[in-house]
Amino acid sequence: MRNHRFELMTDLTELGVAALRDGVAGGAFTATEVAQAFNAAVEAAQGALNAFIVTTPDAALAAAAKVDAMRAAGQPLGKMAGVPIGMKDLFATKGVQTTAASKILEGFVPPYESTVSQKLWDAGAGMLGKLNLDQFAMGSSNETSGFGKVISPWRKGDDTTPLAPGGSSGGSSAAVAARIAPAATGTDTGGSIRQPAAFTGISGIKPTYGRCSRWGVVAFASSLDQAGPMARDVRDCAIMLEAMAGFDPKDSTSLDLPVPAWEAGLNADLRGKKVGIPREYRVDGLDADVAKSWDDGIAWLKDAGAEIVDISLPHTKYALPTYYIIAPAEASSNLARYDGVRYGLRDLPEGANLQEMYAATRAAGFGDEVKRRILIGTYVLSAGFYDAYYTQAQKVRALISQDFMKAFETVDVILTPTAPSAAFPLGQKSTDPVEMYLNDVFSVPASLAGLPAMSVPAGLSRDGLPLGLHVIGRPLDEQGVLNASLALEQRAQFSAKPGKWW
Amino acid sequence: MSVNTADVAKIASLARIKVSEAQLEAMVPELNGILAWVEQLGEVDVTGVTPMTAVIPNTLRLRDDVVNADPLTGGDIRDAVLANAPVAEHGFFGVPKVIE
Amino acid sequence: MSSYRIQGATGEWEVVIGLEVHAQITTQAKLFSGSATAFGAEPNTQVSLVDAAMPGMLPVPNRECIRQAVRTGMAIDAQINKWSRFDRKNYFYADLPQGYQISQLYHPLVGEGQIEIVLDEKNPEAGTKVIGIERIHVEQDAGKLMHDQHPTMSYVDLNRSGVALMEIVSRPDMRSPAEAGAYLTKLRQILRYVGSCDGNMDQGSMRADVNVSVRRPGEEFGTRTETKNVNSVRFVMAAIEHEASRQVDVLEAGGKIVQETRLFDPGTGTTRSMRSKEDAHDYRYFPDPDLLPLELSDAFLEECRASLPELPDAKRARYTETLGLSAYNAAVLTADVDTAAWFETLITASAAKQGKDEAAVAKQAANWLTSELFGALNKLGKGLEDSPVSPEAAAELLSLVGDGTISGSIAKQVLEKMLETGDGAAAIVEREGLKQTTDTGAIEAAVDAVLAANADKVEQYRGGKEALFGFFVGQTMKAMAGKGNPQLVNQVLKAKLG
Repeated sequence: MRNHRFELMTDLTELGVAALRDGVAGGAFTATEVAQAFNAAVEAAQGALNAFIVTTPDAALAAAAKVDAMRAAGQPLGKMAGVPIGMKDLFATKGVQTTAASKILEGFVPPYESTVSQKLWDAGAGMLGKLNLDQFAMGSSNETSGFGKVISPWRKGDDTTPLAPGGSSGGSSAAVAARIAPAATGTDTGGSIRQPAAFTGISGIKPTYGRCSRWGVVAFASSLDQAGPMARDVRDCAIMLEAMAGFDPKDSTSLDLPVPAWEAGLNADLRGKKVGIPREYRVDGLDADVAKSWDDGIAWLKDAGAEIVDISLPHTKYALPTYYIIAPAEASSNLARYDGVRYGLRDLPEGANLQEMYAATRAAGFGDEVKRRILIGTYVLSAGFYDAYYTQAQKVRALISQDFMKAFETVDVILTPTAPSAAFPLGQKSTDPVEMYLNDVFSVPASLAGLPAMSVPAGLSRDGLPLGLHVIGRPLDEQGVLNASLALEQRAQFSAKPGKWW
Repeated sequence: MSVNTADVAKIASLARIKVSEAQLEAMVPELNGILAWVEQLGEVDVTGVTPMTAVIPNTLRLRDDVVNADPLTGGDIRDAVLANAPVAEHGFFGVPKVIE
Repeated sequence: MSSYRIQGATGEWEVVIGLEVHAQITTQAKLFSGSATAFGAEPNTQVSLVDAAMPGMLPVPNRECIRQAVRTGMAIDAQINKWSRFDRKNYFYADLPQGYQISQLYHPLVGEGQIEIVLDEKNPEAGTKVIGIERIHVEQDAGKLMHDQHPTMSYVDLNRSGVALMEIVSRPDMRSPAEAGAYLTKLRQILRYVGSCDGNMDQGSMRADVNVSVRRPGEEFGTRTETKNVNSVRFVMAAIEHEASRQVDVLEAGGKIVQETRLFDPGTGTTRSMRSKEDAHDYRYFPDPDLLPLELSDAFLEECRASLPELPDAKRARYTETLGLSAYNAAVLTADVDTAAWFETLITASAAKQGKDEAAVAKQAANWLTSELFGALNKLGKGLEDSPVSPEAAAELLSLVGDGTISGSIAKQVLEKMLETGDGAAAIVEREGLKQTTDTGAIEAAVDAVLAANADKVEQYRGGKEALFGFFVGQTMKAMAGKGNPQLVNQVLKAKLG
């Protein structure tokens, strides 16, 4: 009996959002059993993966107990009832330390709950803990965290070299891939949901800018930041996105629109749909594995009934430089509030005045990449350079957006690779900032245009590492993105998972 | 445009980030690398292009003039506001003395 | 006074003045958060998570702030920009939790406008001058630092942080401290009429950054200094006077004016350089990515315009032209919106009580208000706003004078009693027996007695010394304790003196 229970708990961690939700609702197992199983998995993996900054097993159990009680009382259950999730540590959680993976916020306990996390709790989800990330979501490998890097559960065969889980939502991707959380929240500014999803063989969607409230999410770049779900498959993402999205009057950029029934609307039949293949993404020296998986994806969508159309997005090559002006500019201003006065770290050297306290606090609290981006942002906004950099970048951004709008006059969705390579070893790209930035080359254009975009696992590289395919849709057409992604998922038949080496 | 040590020192001072001489030296080539890379934007013809203002077409909503309509964005929460402060005394935040 | 000149050792200098006035917009809640704006609350009690710039907090604008700024713009005939935008002004200071102030640089809500000032209220010949307004934009106020509560620390109170301000930027069109004073007074008057700012300078609801430069008459503008946060009309004038002569001294000694921020010390009437703002000004303005462009509908603008009250210039013109008031009375009564409202309630009530139209009672009311009530309140150390006599009560008093029940001099006594007791005029007149006597017999008896007692003066009067008539009137009124009807007293005296 005891043995059987243990097996059940192990098995539960193999289930995704839909299966857990349905199992709890149907009485196959209790929410408490689910929470216990994942709490145990989190505990067992934490030392090896460092996916969480803090774990909150009691919060997971409390949420589960509430769901079990509601079910027992015959009350209706929420969309995420009984599903424990990981919460990226960029979302403010009331009473639970929220750091953005920066020492400057160490010990900060918000007296408020972010809109998105509140919606998830209201939908019956529970919190396993606060997930590690690149500091202030700035990074593509999770190496910039102030609380230690996350190790990907994936390895190249028997090679034990630690690999990057992607970034910035690297704790989220590692946790979902390692089966220590069935799903996790992510945020995406230039690819921070999609690239880590691709690196770890999971799914993740960044909805249209404005779908998910930014209230209570530590800001990186306000005009780009969007929250979204990361989970095992497309359906799980659809379910969780429904719970996260929705109008919030506290966010001026929130879209005042009803949340579509994305899960119910899932349909992998793409007959009558047109899929654009942007020629500018076929860059010189594109990784052979990535090129092959892209070709596979094209074939799969054709198989699903879609018509494939060659399209041009002429300003693609300028997307990354545009992004690396706009995002640091906004960040340099958004991060000015971390000054040691009202919360977080204060470094007050002997005899220092106020301005010296600011400089010391920020020097001590921010990591190198954060400092680098603040300096770049400060520079491009400074007197004499503003027009040449920032105004020019906002004009090019408008052109990039226009490229997409023009393409969407003829196609319904666009298919590209998610990232230019599979996961790379930790430390490999951390010496040259620009080389690291190039990781976002395929994900950034959609971010600049605020478009919904999703990464789904496509297969494995020759090294046995996951590769992702990237579907970009029209503004507000998450359904089209989810449906094309579902068609890919059904044909990719991706079932690989990392060996449990921890 | 490229930056030298003095420029970086000035930027760091504007951004209120204390940097040592050694850090400055290291930052100059890094920042120049990034700046050289982003400067390719200069080659884009943007004649007649309006800078992007709203990512997704949307209009700015205005709220009603009501005090504490939503407790999450209202006042009367001094304890919560001061709870995380490194120094809070007598209902104030404390900072090193400022001479105006 | 536009020929105001500073006499330097090397000749004459002209002063050039521009004012940036920060006016707190009258609203219940802050510009971007729902916390209250009331003055004088306990520290940090009117602070929301948004105002304290907690991580992840976002601004949502208050419609009333926008509406009041638009109405103000309309009141100064300014261009209203249907498309405007908020920008961030980035700098670090302990009173600025976000590390930036949300303001409007590139696309302000209100563009070019103007205000006409009267150069000398007491001298209509001096004429008027138009002062250009460059723009009005909406922005957040900062918090407050307290430096004297602790030996080594300053204390930060964020109650004001995020309160909505209008920054009203004038052209450098003023040429003397008096012009600047007149401009500020007029601006305050307009804001109070519109209701967009209470104008309480002592509570900081309105304060001015004073830009001053000097030049030789007719030459190019000199380098200017900006004296921050001057909080009364008198101080603005004093700051200009001091700063202009300081600049002249510097220039005449061969020095250069440094473009800098200065602070006015009301104690000494001098300005000094502000150490804390020495930092190079590079505010790195850029559009606030948390806010979309602000687009105003025609319906919104129409409501703003329709809700504007009669403005000071129009009211003043109406008072002289339609109500027949003197220019002086019209100026005094329109100077403040509350005074004008009091006066208008008074004439409405007076007209009703006396069965006349407003124009017929306005002059009497204006004279009584400016000479009698203002004087009486002044003695009590009170203002019109806390007058124990309401406009309705005053109308009752004026109607008793108007219908001859009491004389003007008795009215003074009645007013005193009203102020003392709070009772109505009619009740006081009745109780104290102050009604005018129109009984001809009683008047004739009093006149007979006066003439009999002053036979010598009667002789003189009849001999041609007609100036003595007033003496007889006075004596008769005195004998009747002021209650004789003046017209009847005159008639009887005329008849008896022959």
